[in-house]
Amino acid sequence: MTSDFAALPIFLPLLAAPICVILSRFGKTAWVISMMVTWAVAAMCLFSFAEVYASGEPLKYHMGGWAPPIGIELHIDLLAASMLVLVSSIAAITMPYFFRSVNDEIAREQQPFFYAAFLMCLAGLLGIISTHDAFNLYVFLEISSLASYMLIAMGRDRRALAAAFQYLMLGTIGATMILIGIGFLYLTTGTLNMSDIATRIDVLAPNRAIIAAFAFFAIGLVMKVALFPLHVWLPNAYAYAPSAVSPFLAAVGTKVALYAVLRITYSVFGHEFSFGGMHLSLIFTALAVPAILIGSVVAIFETNLKRMLAFSSVAQVGYITLGIGLASQTGLSASLLQIFNHAMTKSALFLALGAMTLRLGSNVTVHNIRGLGKRMPLTAFAFVLAGLGLIGMPFTGGFVSKWYLMKATLDGGWWLLTILIAISSIFAVIYIWRVVEAMYFGRLSAQSETIREAPPSMLVPIWLLTFCVILLGFFGNEAVEISQRIADQLMPSPSLPDPFSFDPPILNGEMP
Amino acid sequence: MELMTHYPYWMAIVLMMTGFYTVMATSNLVKKLIGLSMFQTSVMLFYVSASKVKFGVAPVMTEGATVYSNPLPHVLMLTAIVVGLATLAVGLAIVVRIRGAYGTVEEDEIIALDRDQSSGGRNDE
Repeated sequence: MTSDFAALPIFLPLLAAPICVILSRFGKTAWVISMMVTWAVAAMCLFSFAEVYASGEPLKYHMGGWAPPIGIELHIDLLAASMLVLVSSIAAITMPYFFRSVNDEIAREQQPFFYAAFLMCLAGLLGIISTHDAFNLYVFLEISSLASYMLIAMGRDRRALAAAFQYLMLGTIGATMILIGIGFLYLTTGTLNMSDIATRIDVLAPNRAIIAAFAFFAIGLVMKVALFPLHVWLPNAYAYAPSAVSPFLAAVGTKVALYAVLRITYSVFGHEFSFGGMHLSLIFTALAVPAILIGSVVAIFETNLKRMLAFSSVAQVGYITLGIGLASQTGLSASLLQIFNHAMTKSALFLALGAMTLRLGSNVTVHNIRGLGKRMPLTAFAFVLAGLGLIGMPFTGGFVSKWYLMKATLDGGWWLLTILIAISSIFAVIYIWRVVEAMYFGRLSAQSETIREAPPSMLVPIWLLTFCVILLGFFGNEAVEISQRIADQLMPSPSLPDPFSFDPPILNGEMP
Repeated sequence: MELMTHYPYWMAIVLMMTGFYTVMATSNLVKKLIGLSMFQTSVMLFYVSASKVKFGVAPVMTEGATVYSNPLPHVLMLTAIVVGLATLAVGLAIVVRIRGAYGTVEEDEIIALDRDQSSGGRNDE
């Protein structure tokens, strides 16, 4: 099925970005344009999701009328459609929040550029999700990354600059690794279209070039996903970015990279090659376990709350890769649920911290939020509810995804991993409780007497996302059904005999 | 002489590792960016040398030429050059701002300044 709605969500923000800058002299035009564009994009993405969900057929669009495999194809299956909805709706929901937060933190003459960079970032992320061309994936990855370096560098703390530079270094090295991987794939298969590559890899006996391509992709994507030990760029980047950007980047930045991991492992290399031949399960599990433990423990001792949430993101990325690494359908659908749940909880939490930053006028720490539960009751309570979602309490979205993740580990018989998930959930209780304790039981300092509740333009996005977290808990069955359909599409064959068996075929000189 | 026929690939690897080493070993942010550019350029060399066809001429319509090199990697690398340029520009712009905010472009000094800031002000202001 061909549809223009596949291409429009990418082009609309790309076109609007320069317009924001050109019309910058007319007051708040940039914000108004971004608002209209993000809502229009969200509406189109919802429409294409409804279309794909109802028909079960992917939406396709041929760029410039050139048919694949020669032309670039946009290909939106159920996984891509649901990711599009996630990314575009979080952008649309947080956009009203930008008005106050950006006014407060970004210099007036920089604001149009800020909105332009945000729209570019959105376009890049939507492009990564929609495209079915390997090189196009790299280009969109760089568009979104370059825009996010700019966004992070606009933070008012000078450490934002150092963080943005570090992210630029690591991000570019990661993207270049992906580019080398694409090169190897193109040289062996002679095509860039993903499904074309997939069919040709199946026919070719796996050779060293394909294995090398897989290795380069794996390193580059793990860098972008911020999986331990390549997560070093993430905590500072999210902590010192402007409060309006952190929720968006934390919610969808790493998630889109995880989507790319799924796309590359399942749609390009194929399930059997990635998990059977290349032992991706071992790699992912070996990296996810320290990510979960270290991320959670560091979060407990972090005083800067935005950094605390960033380290918690490292742990959450660990959960998601753990689910992918289990290489079973339950594990995969648990990961998908976790992607959605974490995107919503983390953006709600970061939004709440951003509202507190606005009222406090400085970075939010465990020390200066004392007593805020009384001064900003609505914001504080939203933080608590979203925090419950992060921990995985029943009747929140977090419970559904964690439940499925534990079920997947038990199904496979890896009960040690089940215990690990339980332990790290307790860590999550500790670091959320520290905030709750400070907000509700801490003594109000004299200077915070004047603090008022956050403005409505901020409260509405915060509560909308918190409401989504709760809603996901009550409508868990529908979410599970969609994620299982996606897992079915990605993994037609049930599962491999034992993804954790390790016999290194490459070392014996024979190819998998 | 298999070594010599793979000469461009060897050069790509040498360039890449030189760039990568520069990124990791130097403390100067501008030099790091130079290393990063070398790292990206080596990939372009890799693509372009892989697209060479024996006896092929440059992929531009020419009188009397029958064999052309593969044009697609050349086109891809045009895009990659633009991406590399944009990355370098954004990186240098950030370095200029870092120089303004910290008064230095040496990474170890920046880290030391950050550490002083966070240990001096307990509240992480």
